[in-house]
Amino acid sequence: MDKAAVDKALEHISRQIIQQHKGIDNLGLVGIRTKGRYLAQLIASRIKQHQGVELPVGTIDTSLYRDDVSVTPNRPILCTTQVPFAVADKKVILVDDVLYTGRTIRAALDALMDLGRSRAIELAVLIDRGHRELPIKADYVGCEIPTTVDETIKLIIDEGLKHYKVVKLKDPTAKKW
Amino acid sequence: MLLNSKDFLEIKQLTVPEIELILSTAESLKEISQRDIKKVPTLRGKTIINLFYEVSTRTRTSFEIAGKRMSADVVNISTNSSSVLKGEGLKDTACNLEAMKPDIIVIRHPAPGAPHMLASLLDCSVINAGDGAHEHPTQAMLDLLTIREKKGDIAGLQVAIVGDITHSRVARSNIWALTKMGAKVTVVGPKTLIPPYIEQLGVSVSYRLAEVIPKADVLMILRIQLERQHGGFFPSLREYSKLFGLNLEKLKAAKTDVLIMHPGPINRGVELDPEVADGPYSVILEQVTNGLAVRMALIYLLLGGVDI
Amino acid sequence: MKLLICGGRVIDPAQGLDRVLDVLVEKGRIAQLSPDIDPPTGAKLIPAQGKLVVPGLIDMHTHLREPGREDKETISSGTKAAVNGGITSVACMANTNPVNDNQAVTEFIYSQARKTGHCNVYVVGSVTQGQQGKLLVEMGELKATGAVAYSDDGCSVKNTEVMRRALEYASMLDMLVICHCQDADLAPQGVMHEGLISTMLGLEGMPALAEETMLARDISLAALTGARLHIAHVSTAGSVELIRQAKARGIKLSAEATPHHFSLTHEVVRNFDTNTKVNPPLRTAEDVAAIIEGLKDGTIDVIASDHAPHTSAEKEAEYNYAPFGIIGLETLLPLSLTRLVHSKAMPLMDVIARLTINPARILSLDKGTLNVGAEADITIIDLDKRFKLDIAGFKSKSKNSPFQGAELQGLPVLTLVGGKLNTSEY
Ligand SMILES: [Zn+2]
Repeated sequence: MDKAAVDKALEHISRQIIQQHKGIDNLGLVGIRTKGRYLAQLIASRIKQHQGVELPVGTIDTSLYRDDVSVTPNRPILCTTQVPFAVADKKVILVDDVLYTGRTIRAALDALMDLGRSRAIELAVLIDRGHRELPIKADYVGCEIPTTVDETIKLIIDEGLKHYKVVKLKDPTAKKW
Repeated sequence: MLLNSKDFLEIKQLTVPEIELILSTAESLKEISQRDIKKVPTLRGKTIINLFYEVSTRTRTSFEIAGKRMSADVVNISTNSSSVLKGEGLKDTACNLEAMKPDIIVIRHPAPGAPHMLASLLDCSVINAGDGAHEHPTQAMLDLLTIREKKGDIAGLQVAIVGDITHSRVARSNIWALTKMGAKVTVVGPKTLIPPYIEQLGVSVSYRLAEVIPKADVLMILRIQLERQHGGFFPSLREYSKLFGLNLEKLKAAKTDVLIMHPGPINRGVELDPEVADGPYSVILEQVTNGLAVRMALIYLLLGGVDI
Repeated sequence: MKLLICGGRVIDPAQGLDRVLDVLVEKGRIAQLSPDIDPPTGAKLIPAQGKLVVPGLIDMHTHLREPGREDKETISSGTKAAVNGGITSVACMANTNPVNDNQAVTEFIYSQARKTGHCNVYVVGSVTQGQQGKLLVEMGELKATGAVAYSDDGCSVKNTEVMRRALEYASMLDMLVICHCQDADLAPQGVMHEGLISTMLGLEGMPALAEETMLARDISLAALTGARLHIAHVSTAGSVELIRQAKARGIKLSAEATPHHFSLTHEVVRNFDTNTKVNPPLRTAEDVAAIIEGLKDGTIDVIASDHAPHTSAEKEAEYNYAPFGIIGLETLLPLSLTRLVHSKAMPLMDVIARLTINPARILSLDKGTLNVGAEADITIIDLDKRFKLDIAGFKSKSKNSPFQGAELQGLPVLTLVGGKLNTSEY
């Protein structure tokens, strides 16, 4: 997926959000870790183009809510959870790059609930690659890419949100967990 | 990225990337303590034992809250060394605790190397919460975090550590931590409380606080143990306070953005005057807050993790 | 019973002898020493080609722990360890429980050694009653019972007046006093050498000064009283220099060093291994070099083990709480050969002298030589054999040694105590 394809997918998600919410009242975007936040920022700027309103954007780190702490030897450097708006009584749309087993989303839901009781939570993902292990479904999907479990899908994106693309990699070390 | 050891025993053997990892993890975790619900489930089902052979309400409480904010079960075993000496040895205690399958043992002990001994005997992680005059590595980490928050970069800062260097684990851990991060450290105190060959650790030595104050970016004041007077290390607390205590008068010569730090508990009016401890340069309460974050970070980093 | 040790390189510093000879042993004594002895009928042949044949080693500083701490060592196990280490005579220190400050304890040790011992045992009595540093022991009585010296080893006699009287009294009896020089006030809680490493580890230091000030005092007292003084386990460069000067001034003084003090430095304490905790402590590389220099130029007369067994339960403790001391009987010879001979620091003959005739002369023992007629205490050594030390095989009851796994060169293979054969196992 090159930049144009990603843009097309993000445009699709943005329009669907606007349509679904008949406008964008009382809405907030929360990206999952760094890449989720970048995507949330891109979606927010598209919605601003269409509606002229800037949606608040936050970040959550799901690491502390995972169900597999100590199952795996590696861990990412924690990024700070930072949600600059009160989630209570807001409708929150979680944003992530790739929807896979669903475990990250499960953790994100828990993390979000610890921050307050939202009116509703929805999920937007750039890519759905299948292989769910939990009963979780995205409300907004940019693109579906079928994969095998020994593949990984990676969003590559820079901090300035100028260059981005999605790549599919053969990952012989990828474990299903 | 992981720590290189299952244990956290001393700053001496830590690498700079490890220090950076702990600091950045602590910075990320600070946010949890500002929430309404100050708890994350990450260490659900993990057990932490606080094994304290010296009384230290502050450090023990800090570790206890740190564990609980991460949803670990925290058990406190407090004892004092005299009852240990006549009773069970550390090795037996260690084996008994291991049989209860803890994930981390946090140990405070009056004998240098006691945490190392525990770590070599046990499979679980061991955190050194202070071993005699050897090291107090979590204190140094929280001091680094506090300095970094206030000053941005640690490299190039002039830090003075003032007081009883000989008997201070805080001084030793901070000397390692600060010099590794590129700060310039001067130890200040009566000659009787400066240990031999300390310059070989990369620090300067001064016996005159007044000469050090004007150039210091950070003044780290150590607690003076009142019983040292009876050990003949200095003539009286009155004279100690006069020569090495920090008061408003002496502070007039300091830089306008100097930081005053103290590991607590403070002997007010001895090493630190109340007006200084509670004054605008003091970051003593931030140190306490950061202590919690640093200990949460360590517990998190030592107990498994996730890769996303 | 006749034994013929054939073809070995016989080194006997007492006679200045270093050549290939046969040694004939008859009735527990050396009967003949010459090239190509015809084996008498019925003689047992011991081939020693390529090996060293030296007088049985004498360790003048050991702690056998009996009576009192038989869980650490007994006279039986300690002497067995000695023989395994190529040592045929040991002098055992007085800090037993009860302290060897009277005839009864001395007699007990001698009788126990006769019954259960595997080598010659010589008893050192204490200087003061209970090693308390106050009242003198019955030195005359102890001498009559067979004590070969007096020592409050483990500490110094703190009171200078008491020490003066002790030396005066001992000199009247022409007896040796062995001093563990340490000013306890300068190192009250010390557990290691005071220096960079103690500063890094936050462990209480024992300054070199603590040994040197007490040594200077004792040298002055020896000069005053004319007593024979022997300085135990010299550990600092300053001490070596003080002894060198005192000897130059003609003071009756001898000194010993241990293998650990010329093999290890305080660097090894870094990991808090309690088997590096000894008294006096391991010091700096400069001190090690000075001790080797002192051994070489004769300032230090003797190599002794300071064998100090402790149970693993006692040693598996925090560094501060573990007792001082390491075992040394079975490492005395291999360490001396490796660190002094193979490193080319000293001639072989001089090293053997410091392990045989020198301690014999200092203790006035009729030992330490292969003279015809001497008791057949003989140690046969494989000088070039390289091996990795495994303490598991040691005969000592205790295993507290920092040398586990050390790569060494040279070990005893066979020991004769009064003509009785023992094979060494390493
Ligand atoms: Zn001694």
